[in-house]
Parts: sequence; C-alpha cells; structure tokens
Amino acid sequence: MDTVTLSRIQFAMTAGFHFIFVPLTLGLSLLVAWMETLYVRTGDELYLRMTKFWGKLFLINFVVGVVTGITLEFQFGMNWAEYSKYVGDIFGVPLAIEATVAFFLESVFIGLWIFGWDRVSKKVHCLSIWIVALAGNLSALWILIANGWMQHPVGYVLRNGRAEMVDFWAVLTNSYGWLKFGHTIVAGYVVGAFFVMAVSAYHILRKQHLAFFKRSFRMAATFALASAVLVVVIGDFHGAEAGRVQPAKLAAMEALWDTREGVPFYLILIPDTKNERNSVEAFGIPKIVSFLAYRDWDAELKGLKEFPEKDRPPVMPVFVSFRVMVGLGFLFIGLAFVAWYLARKDRLESSPLFLRIMLYAVPLPYIAAQLGWIVAEMGRQPWIVYGVLRTSEGVSRSIEPSQVMASLVGFGFFYSFLGILDIYLLARFAGKGPDDTGVAY
Amino acid sequence: MEYQITWFVLWGILWTAYFMTDGFDLGVGMLYNLLGKDDAEKRAIIRSIGPVWDGNEVWLVTAGGATFAAFPATYALMFSYLYSALLIILFGLIIRGVALEFRGKIESAGWKRSWDAAIFAGSFVPAFLFGVAFGNIFQGLPMDARGYHGSLFSLLNPYGLLTGALFVLLFSVHGGLWLALRTGGELSKKAASTAAQAWWALALVAVIFLIYTAFATRLYDNFLRSPLWFIVPAAAVCGLIAARFFLARSDASRAFLASCITIVTVTLTGIVGLYPNLVPSSLDPAFSLTAFNSSSSIYTLRIMTVVAVIFVPIVIAYQAWVYRVFRHGVTTNGPAVEGY
Repeated sequence: MDTVTLSRIQFAMTAGFHFIFVPLTLGLSLLVAWMETLYVRTGDELYLRMTKFWGKLFLINFVVGVVTGITLEFQFGMNWAEYSKYVGDIFGVPLAIEATVAFFLESVFIGLWIFGWDRVSKKVHCLSIWIVALAGNLSALWILIANGWMQHPVGYVLRNGRAEMVDFWAVLTNSYGWLKFGHTIVAGYVVGAFFVMAVSAYHILRKQHLAFFKRSFRMAATFALASAVLVVVIGDFHGAEAGRVQPAKLAAMEALWDTREGVPFYLILIPDTKNERNSVEAFGIPKIVSFLAYRDWDAELKGLKEFPEKDRPPVMPVFVSFRVMVGLGFLFIGLAFVAWYLARKDRLESSPLFLRIMLYAVPLPYIAAQLGWIVAEMGRQPWIVYGVLRTSEGVSRSIEPSQVMASLVGFGFFYSFLGILDIYLLARFAGKGPDDTGVAY
Repeated sequence: MEYQITWFVLWGILWTAYFMTDGFDLGVGMLYNLLGKDDAEKRAIIRSIGPVWDGNEVWLVTAGGATFAAFPATYALMFSYLYSALLIILFGLIIRGVALEFRGKIESAGWKRSWDAAIFAGSFVPAFLFGVAFGNIFQGLPMDARGYHGSLFSLLNPYGLLTGALFVLLFSVHGGLWLALRTGGELSKKAASTAAQAWWALALVAVIFLIYTAFATRLYDNFLRSPLWFIVPAAAVCGLIAARFFLARSDASRAFLASCITIVTVTLTGIVGLYPNLVPSSLDPAFSLTAFNSSSSIYTLRIMTVVAVIFVPIVIAYQAWVYRVFRHGVTTNGPAVEGY
C-alpha cells in the first residue's frame, strides 16, 4: 500500500478511536454537571452519590479521550504535510484557538474538579464541572469549524501557492461547521444518555440500588429523548446543506446514479457499483429525497454519473453508513420515548425486557456516531478540501510507506490495548454500583 | 514583519511554558519509582501533580496548534521530518496520562506495578526525546530542496543525545524540587536530597552543553552579534546556581522558582539563538524554515495575535489560580482522593 492509503487508514483509525471517548465525554459531562447542580441546590445526598459514581465513569473515559486527542493535533503535520502547508493559513487557526480557548479550560478545571472536593466551596466545585462540560462542547465547535472548512471551504483565496484566509468571519460562521457541530454534540448527548440508561438498566434488572438508578435512568431518559429528536432534526438540516454544497456526497449517500427530479426514497435499495446502477429499488416513497435536500418536492438532484469517476466518493461505504445511521437515529427516538414514558410512569422495574434491550443497546449510539463520520469524511473523498485539494496531494512527501505501516501497526496494538483496558475498567466500576465507589470522606 | 517576529516570540514562549510546567510533571514521573517506596508515598506523588498535569500538557497542544496556525510550513515539515521521534513522544505521553489515571483504580499489586513502570517510561521517553529533537533543531536538520535526509537514528547524534540528557536532568531536578515543595515529611526530604544529587549531574551536563553548543551549532551567532542577549544564558546559569543555593538552605519554594527560571532561560537561549529560524537547515541556509519564509499570511497572524493577547493571559490567570488552590500540597496520610 502507498503512503496515502496507509495515512488515510491511520487517520481514520486514530480519529475514530478518539471519537469513541469524545461523545461520552460530551454527554456524560453535562449529566454529571446537572446532577451536581441538583445536589448543590437541594442538598440531597443521593445526587452527590450520583455525581460521584457517574463522575468516576466519566473520568475513566475522559482521560483516554484527552490523550488520544493530542495525537490528532500533530498528525496533520506528520502525515499530511502538504495539506498542512497548503491550508494551514486557515485550518490551523481554529485548531490553535481550540487549544487556547477550550482545551485549557477543560483540562485545568477537570483537575480542580477531581481533587478539589475539599479545597473549594460546593458552588465553585459545581461550577468547575460546568466549565469542563461547556469547554468540551466548545472544543467540538472549533474542531468542527476546522472540519467544516475542509467540507465547504469559504473565506479564502488561492495565493502564493496556497489557500490564504481573507475573511475570518466567513470561516467562523460557516454554516456547514455549525450544523455539523450541532449534529455531532447532540449525537454525543445521545451516547451519554444511553450509556447512563444502560448501566442503570443493568442494576435495576438486578433490583439493586433502585432509588439511585431509577433516578439516574429518569434523568438520562429525558436527556436522551430531547437529544435523539434534535440529532435527527439537526441532521436533516445538516444533510440538506451537505447535499447542496457537496452534490457528489449526497448522490453517494442515496446511491443516485442518474440526475433526476423528484427523487424518491427507496426503503430497499441495493446498489450495483460496477454497472453504475441499482440492482434493486423497491418500496419508494415518492419525491422525499428531493424534498429533504432542497425543500422542494420536484427538485433536481445530480446523479453520480454527472461526476467523472475520479471525482466520486466510494459509493458503497457512504451509502450503507448513511442508511444505517439514519435507521439508528429513528430507533433512538423510539427507545428514548419508551424509556422516558416508563420512567415517568415508574414502570421500569416491571419492564425487564425493555431494560434488557436498553442494556444491550449501549453500543448502538457509538456505532451511529462512527457511521456519521464515515458518511462525512468518506463522502468528502477524493477531496481533502472539497473541490480545492485532493487527498492524494495532501500527504507528506518525506515519509515512507514502511514508516507509516510501522506507526499504523503501533497504533493498532496500542489503541486496542487502551480500548480493552478502558472497557474493562468502565464495566468493572459500572457493574460494582455506587456503594463501592461511595463517598470517600 | 512585526507580526512574524511577534509569533516567533510567542512560539518560543509556548514551548517555554510547556517545558516549565509539564517539565516538573515529567520529572516527577521519572523520580516516581525511585522516591515512592510504598503505595502511600506513590499515591502522594501522583496526587501532587494530579490536579495540574493535564492543564500543563495543553501548553504542548497549544504550541503545536500555534505552530500550525502561525508557521504552517514549519508545522508540516518539522513534524513530518521528525515523524518517528514525535510518534514515540506521543505514545509516551498517552501512556503517562493513562497510567496516572488508571493506576489507583484497581487494588492489585501486579496492576499497580505495571502502571508504575508506565509512569516512568511515559515520563522519561518524552523528556529525553524532546531534548533530542530540540538538540537536532539547534544543530539544524539535514534538509534541502529534495526534502529531508535524516532518520530516527540520525537524530541520535552526540549533540542530540547530550541535549536529551540535559532535558532529562533539568526536568528531574525540577520534578524533585516540586515534590520537595508539595509533599511533606520523609518524602519531601528524600525528594530534596535526590534533587540535590541530580543537580551535580545537571550542572556537569549543562556546562558541557554550553561549550559543545559553540561547536555543534550556530546558536551563539546571534549572541555575539548583540551581546546584550547573553543576559539570557547568564540568567540560566544564575538560576541553576540559585536552585542549589536555596536547596542547601531547605528553601524548596525558592529553589523551585530558581529551577523555573533555569528552564525558561535555557529554552529561551535556544530560541534566541535560533532566530529567525524555527528549524535551520544543516545543509544549506537557503532551506531553513524561518519566521519569515514559513509563516502564515499577515491577515492570519493578526487574527491569531488578537486571540493570543486576549486569551493567553486569561489562561495563565485561571491556571495560576488552580495552582494556588492546591498550594498546600499533599501528605501521605491526607484526605483520600478516590482512586489516587
């Protein structure tokens, strides 16, 4: 394999691995902050125990997210030197701002939160977890503004052999980045909420710590329902915009080969990429794709054949990932609604089947998040900056395939090891329940 | 022009801040197994840096991000040329962070012993390789129109190794002083005496480094051109001596401060010597990456300047405040913090 392919695999792996931990951080930090707020407000010790128990799981996850993020900050230079030279004038800015404005806040105040229980007042302690939570979300914003620029470059000119920024405001307010930000963080909230519901379901099924986990479940269910609805709504706007500015991506998402008007959505569709057609198209909902993309039932959508083969993204992975992600998105709304309803009616204990479903549903939001990234980033191919620079032109010239192969294998082993450890620790502490981790003082 | 110089200075300051802050974390990690004789001491050592190491490490991320935003060509070439070395540093830092966090999570001797080794390796390897990398940058990297002509092993030349040793010793003394300052009782005393012993090795290596630098690099050219700048390395020497002086008087806080000054001025000596290069070419100065030929557009630098002027002081303020909150340090029998 060549340096480009290996570097792509490595970036996908390191970014994908990082994004196992980020969404839980995004979602769980807010839930823990909310629990601690309720503790400070009401003085109810149960909320304190909840804060500590979920906080501990949060921290086990958090540290791996932090350390795997550092890799990404440097990997652009290591593997994508030509890209970095070409677009650093723009792309480097949000990354540097992220570190200065958000990552510092998160990392400094997490230290205060972990070690500061008896050093600062209750209110300041509670404030520190809010800062951590908001800073995490702010981090995501800057990263996605950077990513949004790769997807939909704005505010630049090509000059001096590179892309130079001429309008920071345009980069900052790029709606692509903001919609992707909204979609991504809310997906993180779904991950966090389903995580809390799964762990709670496990204990409720075993009839242990009932008050503790029913209250946790209920909080998470409300959060899950709101987030699951939002992730679909924002996702719809995000997808529509992506379709307008990246027509080839939309065509791949829908496996649309020929340009046509009033594009239907086929519930069952099997693409035949070799012959550039779909071998099965059945149960079509008329005109819905046109409507979703352009808010116009008869809008014309460009088919893949409009694009020279070298400008098309890989159809199969984008198409499948998109379908499964969307399916999961609707499933989450359904599950979250039932969860919310049963928790509200206090019928959780008498619904063991549903609790079991929620327990085993825990990987699904993670999978949906990964699939979303596959749609976004594979759908952007063959461009590293859409329409401006090809991925193959962005790779470092000074690195050898053997070097990247070695680092890829290194990352593979190292990250697998970290992943197994993290899951082991999470499962262990989640399974133990709150008493073992109880209040230390 | 002014903006490029401003960002060269800021670039230097960010690395300086990183080495000054995370330097003691790395030093603490290197001394950890040597000083922590039992579990209580080891936990106290971890808790002494627990609240701050994560925030300290962000100076590195900011230095990386600022290099990207302000000097994209340097960011691209420096990190792709130093690919393998940087990768090993990153693995080290990942291991260190995870080890600090996971070690106390399970009460098992084998589990803890593994993480104890990881804390050492994850501190020593980055400290050493940062030194090696900067030593090579001081010398210049073998790069020209056809790219880079070095490898991981060519970095391990005598001057690179010497700078690696210098960093390891600087951080070890720094970490020892931090522990002397922030822990109590026996542990604090042991840390102070270890720092005092390591100081002699540091002094020896520092002297060799200062002399060898005259032969291996062109760092002194700028100083000879404007001798006023000699005040920076002179301050480094004074800081080093002051650290030993205060250590002898059991004044750990002043000794630590002196060590901070030493690290800051040693790093700045390198930065002043490099100017205007960020990464000089050892083959042909025409291919050196400078503040002027590798920078972003002035427009971008202006925006970044506004961001830095507003936010860096805020960062320093709250980071300093958190240091203050934890100023009383830790004891081996103090209130337990879960998992540490």
